[in-house]
Amino acid sequence: MRPNWDDVQEGSALPERVVRLDRADLVRYAGASGDFNIIHWNARAAVAAGLPDVIAHGMLTLALAVGTVGDWCGDPAAVVECGGRFAKPVVVPDDAAGVELRVVGTVGRKCVDRTVRVDITVFCGGEKVLTKARAVVRLA
Amino acid sequence: MAIDAGFVGRTYPPTAPYLVGREKIREFARATGQHHPLHHDLTAAGALGHHDLLAPPTFAIVLTMSAEGQAIFDPALGLDFSRVVHRSQQFTHSRPIHAGDLLSVTVTVAAVDSVGGNDVLTLSSRVATVQGDQVCTAVSTLVARAA
Repeated sequence: MRPNWDDVQEGSALPERVVRLDRADLVRYAGASGDFNIIHWNARAAVAAGLPDVIAHGMLTLALAVGTVGDWCGDPAAVVECGGRFAKPVVVPDDAAGVELRVVGTVGRKCVDRTVRVDITVFCGGEKVLTKARAVVRLA
Repeated sequence: MAIDAGFVGRTYPPTAPYLVGREKIREFARATGQHHPLHHDLTAAGALGHHDLLAPPTFAIVLTMSAEGQAIFDPALGLDFSRVVHRSQQFTHSRPIHAGDLLSVTVTVAAVDSVGGNDVLTLSSRVATVQGDQVCTAVSTLVARAA
C-alpha cells in the first residue's frame, strides 16, 4: 500500500532490507553502470591502492538504499533527491557467501510541499558504510 | 599533490548526446535490485502514466561518471586516479529520466580542497536534454588519498 503524506509520521521506520552482495554482483553492476574501476573486481589492484580487498561500488550501495525508499513509497518516480556519503568501504570477499548489507530507513522530516525526507543508513558487519544518506520523495 | 584552487569554476564542454535505452534501464535496475514494473514493463509504465520505461533514481550516474572523466583525467588538474575513492554523491532531479531521452552532461569543478594531505575534488554535473531543458544535477565528491 502506498503511504499517503497525511498518514506518514516523522520518526517512523521503513521496512528494513537485507541484501547480500558477492563478486558477481559487483561485475554485474560494473557492466550496467559502466564503472569498471579495477578496485571493484581485481584484488591485486585493490590491495595496491591500499584497500584490504575488492570493494563494492559506493553507487551500488546507494542504489540499493534508494531502491528501498522507492519500494516503500511505491513509486520510484517520486524520488526527487537522493544521495549519501560512502563512509567505509564494503569489502567483498572472493567466496560464495559474499557480504551482507542492512538498509535502515526512517522518515526524518515531513515538508509542507507534501514531500518527506527519508534518512537512510546502510550497515555492513555492524559498521556504517553509507551515512548521511537521504531521499526526498513526493507523496500523494 | 594539492589541486590548484584556480580550477574551481572550470566547466568542460557538454558531452556527446546519450540516448537512454530501455535495455540499459532494465539492466541497471536488475543490477541494483530494483524490480518495480516501471523499470521493466512498458505496459505497466503506460498504465501508471509514463510514456516509456522509467530510469531508477541513481541511473544518471551512468552518464555523469563517464562525463566526470573529463575532469578526473584532465592532466592539468593532476589528480592521481589510482588513489581515488568516491566519497559522496547527490542527485537532484528536475524530472524523471525515461527511455528515449537524449541527454548531455556539462561538468563543472565545484570545489577543490585538501584534507589531511588528501585531495578532495567536488564536481557538479548538469544533465539536460539536447534542447537544454534541465533534467538532473549530480554532485560527486572524490578523494585522492595521499600515497
